[in-house]
Amino acid sequence: MNDRKPVIVARNIDKFFGDFQALRDVSIEVRAGERMVICGPSGSGKSTLLRCFNALETHDAGQLIVDGIELRPESPDIRKLRQNVGMVFQQFNLFPHLTVLENLMIGPVKVRGMRRSEAEATARKYLERVHIPEQAEKFPAQLSGGQQQRVAIARSLCMEPRIMLFDEPTSALDPEMISEVLEAMVELAQTGMTMVVVTHEMGFARKVADSMVFMDGGEIVESGPPQEVFSNPRTERCREFLSQILAF
Amino acid sequence: MAAVDPATLDFRPARPLPAHQRLLNSTPVAILLYVLVMYLIIRGSYIGAERMGYNWQWYQIPRYFYTLTDDGFRWGEIPRGLMVTIYLSGLSFLLSVGIGLVVALLRLSDLIVGRGVSIVFLELIRNIPLLVLLYLFYYVLGPIFGWSRFTASVLTLAVFHGALVSEILRAGINAVPVGQWEAAKSIGMSGYQTYRYIVLPQSIRIMLPPMTGEFVHLIKSSAIVSVIAVAELTTIGRNIISHTFMSFEVWFTVAAVYMVLTLTLSIGVTYLERKYAVDR
Repeated sequence: MNDRKPVIVARNIDKFFGDFQALRDVSIEVRAGERMVICGPSGSGKSTLLRCFNALETHDAGQLIVDGIELRPESPDIRKLRQNVGMVFQQFNLFPHLTVLENLMIGPVKVRGMRRSEAEATARKYLERVHIPEQAEKFPAQLSGGQQQRVAIARSLCMEPRIMLFDEPTSALDPEMISEVLEAMVELAQTGMTMVVVTHEMGFARKVADSMVFMDGGEIVESGPPQEVFSNPRTERCREFLSQILAF
Repeated sequence: MAAVDPATLDFRPARPLPAHQRLLNSTPVAILLYVLVMYLIIRGSYIGAERMGYNWQWYQIPRYFYTLTDDGFRWGEIPRGLMVTIYLSGLSFLLSVGIGLVVALLRLSDLIVGRGVSIVFLELIRNIPLLVLLYLFYYVLGPIFGWSRFTASVLTLAVFHGALVSEILRAGINAVPVGQWEAAKSIGMSGYQTYRYIVLPQSIRIMLPPMTGEFVHLIKSSAIVSVIAVAELTTIGRNIISHTFMSFEVWFTVAAVYMVLTLTLSIGVTYLERKYAVDR
């Protein structure tokens, strides 16, 4: 993994919301094909960091280079970047006025300028990949939470991104639907996609992550291969957090 | 925390309303009461008018709707006035939506100048009476720009209601959850594309009922242009009265025609809403 080129490079990132410092001097590197899991207590800045990676939040200090583009406020390249960096949200955020198929096609057609027939073929291919081809004509509200999240994953994949970001993709799901979404993510990982996943699903981290990052108080407290972090956490904060979420 | 014993919970249905309240709440009784009240009002005004020695001439009214002579069927003055009202209101409403959209987008934009301009426009228009605005447009701006009565009327109504429409649009746009913007941005959409394909289609559903109300409001306020003698429904009414002195019949009729127009509109939009309602 270490010989691959880094696709996300963050150096000394700070981020403030008013007086509250959400990120403190965060430095991190994600390499092509790497699967990184970020965990930490709520309010630790993990979602904020993820949202900086596709410029949904702008960092206040430090340097951030994603997919070869340096992110600066008002950079004209940000739209270009977002086309190559997919994002899956905790609340799915599907477009409720469009059918599943239209949700998947609107990006390729309107943003990439793809022909409708071609976009539809792509959309159906990715619906197949997340195992819900039969839901194409339905509206999001007619689907279960797990199905909606899989549609959201497919919607991002339709843009043929090079990096996929997941912001607590299973946190809003009923327990029985979590596994179907994780399964889709595991299958995606097997294709070699670069993935950064904010999650508390430690089973997923153990199974597919190459690296794991533990954040607290806006800082990266610990990082390394998952086995190492799990079996031998170096800091008290990380040990405590892991024992809490692994208690059951 | 004290444990709740399920046995102590009261699962009985809510007590039904007493009989006399149920009776009052039923549809037939409500309609009956409404008809009764309306009858008393109309009957009262008839008696009052007769005491004044008013000479009712309802039989004269139909010929202002249509005439059937040897020359064939002809629309009367009232339908022609109604058409002008519809044309005037429709045109004004289209313009007001355009103005409202620009003002709302300026207000929602990050530009300080844009927000400033829209707030000044809004407060200016909202704090001038419609009649004064009409006089300004017709007597002051009209001669300067060479506007006709009709143009001045359309512009007055469009600007006045544009300010109100912009607030409806702003509320509708703000009602779309922030996650929708983020999802649109995350697939690389521009601000324009996000509005055009994601936000506006969703806010239109939210805005349809208040927009209908605004259109109905506009149709009613269009009557004010009769003060500068644009030949719409209210002006026609005044003209008929000045020939015939049938003020009671004509004003009742004109009011009824406005009501039929606006009620038709409201019912039509309600039907549209049902048809295009998509569960979210």
